[in-house]
Amino acid sequence: MSSCFSPTTLDQAIDLLAAMPHLRVVNGGTDVMVGVNAGSAKVDGWLNLRRVEDLRGIEHIDRGLRIGGGVTFAEIEQALTHEVPALAMAARTVGSRQIRSVGTIGGNLATASPAGDALPPLLVLDTEVDLVSPRGMRTVRLNEFLVGPKRSACAPDELVAAVVLTDCKGAQHFAKVGTRNAMVISICSLAARLDAKRGHARVAAGSVGPTALVLDIAAGLLLQRDGADDFADTVAQSVSPIDDHRATADYRRASVRVLAQRIHHHLWSEQVGR
Amino acid sequence: MNDQHVRLNVDGETVTLAASPSTSLLRALRDAGHTAMQGACEQGECGSCTVVVDGRVQNSCLTPALACDSAEVQTVKSLLQADLAEAFIRHGAVQCGFCTPGFVVAAEQALDSPDPLSADDVRERLAGNVCRCTGYLGIVDAVLEVDRSRRASA
Repeated sequence: MSSCFSPTTLDQAIDLLAAMPHLRVVNGGTDVMVGVNAGSAKVDGWLNLRRVEDLRGIEHIDRGLRIGGGVTFAEIEQALTHEVPALAMAARTVGSRQIRSVGTIGGNLATASPAGDALPPLLVLDTEVDLVSPRGMRTVRLNEFLVGPKRSACAPDELVAAVVLTDCKGAQHFAKVGTRNAMVISICSLAARLDAKRGHARVAAGSVGPTALVLDIAAGLLLQRDGADDFADTVAQSVSPIDDHRATADYRRASVRVLAQRIHHHLWSEQVGR
Repeated sequence: MNDQHVRLNVDGETVTLAASPSTSLLRALRDAGHTAMQGACEQGECGSCTVVVDGRVQNSCLTPALACDSAEVQTVKSLLQADLAEAFIRHGAVQCGFCTPGFVVAAEQALDSPDPLSADDVRERLAGNVCRCTGYLGIVDAVLEVDRSRRASA
């Protein structure tokens, strides 16, 4: 009996998972294999998605910009630099070239780590998640998909088929704090989007709560051009960081405040430039 | 324990490897005597196990061996070009040599830029490889020199 299946279509993949629910879903392997090598994750068999063509590709559809679950961070970094800068910036900060060339956006979602680098930018881009199973496809808003630390609304028989970014308008930015410029799991991160003309703003933070967090009150304050300090204070008050081996809660709150000030400045200077 | 076999191509040679689901490509290759890449952290942090699988540079420690059936794997053995090797030697980019196979594979991939590389570009592109001897200066200089000379002769 084989213990690694490498389907080439999404239909084959969901049928295999339905028939063999013990299979561990893998694409890049950059997260799950760390636990396997350390002996903390046990795998009895793989459902390898690397050869599924339906999961590849970035395209415009009626709902917005669709990015297949198997699209890698390297591909996002290259293809979306101008169109979706916040997501491209976040992709560029993921791990190393070796990680970005195989690590996928679908994996980042399915892992649902509070530190998932793609999650804050996707939250500010009003992202929907398309989940497929033998029961069909359903769409969940990303803020409802992320339900807890490493817990998502993805059922055991579902796969992340794609994300759809439904609003990329306005200026957008992403920033992250870590102990190095590369190869770090973030201590805190912040993404924001500002379309002052439409009176529209979104803010989301990573590594400062049980999930990546949408900060609605702060988003309202981002609309005020002269309110950088109020905005930054509100961001710092709205997050709920913990002490862990990477940083203290106090440091996270202080550093996310600094990121908020920088992002406020950056986004408003881009509005003037328009 | 329940090992299965995968057939793949390593540096142009057809190879059959025994692996269980938890075996990484790194472990499967080394256990079969293919030692052109090193294992060290086995967490994707150090880059000493860097190889190219089906055209994508990656850490072989984070790649399940069973997922590599019929894949094309390139190690330092087929990626080492004479100009890069000579530049590494000339610039003192090799001291103990443990990290070198991974660095050479990553460096060859780093040289794929459409634009000339700066020292910062090289550092960013090689950020997934750790060296504890050289202080990186020789490595960065070697890659910059090869980038310049290949562009001049292109």
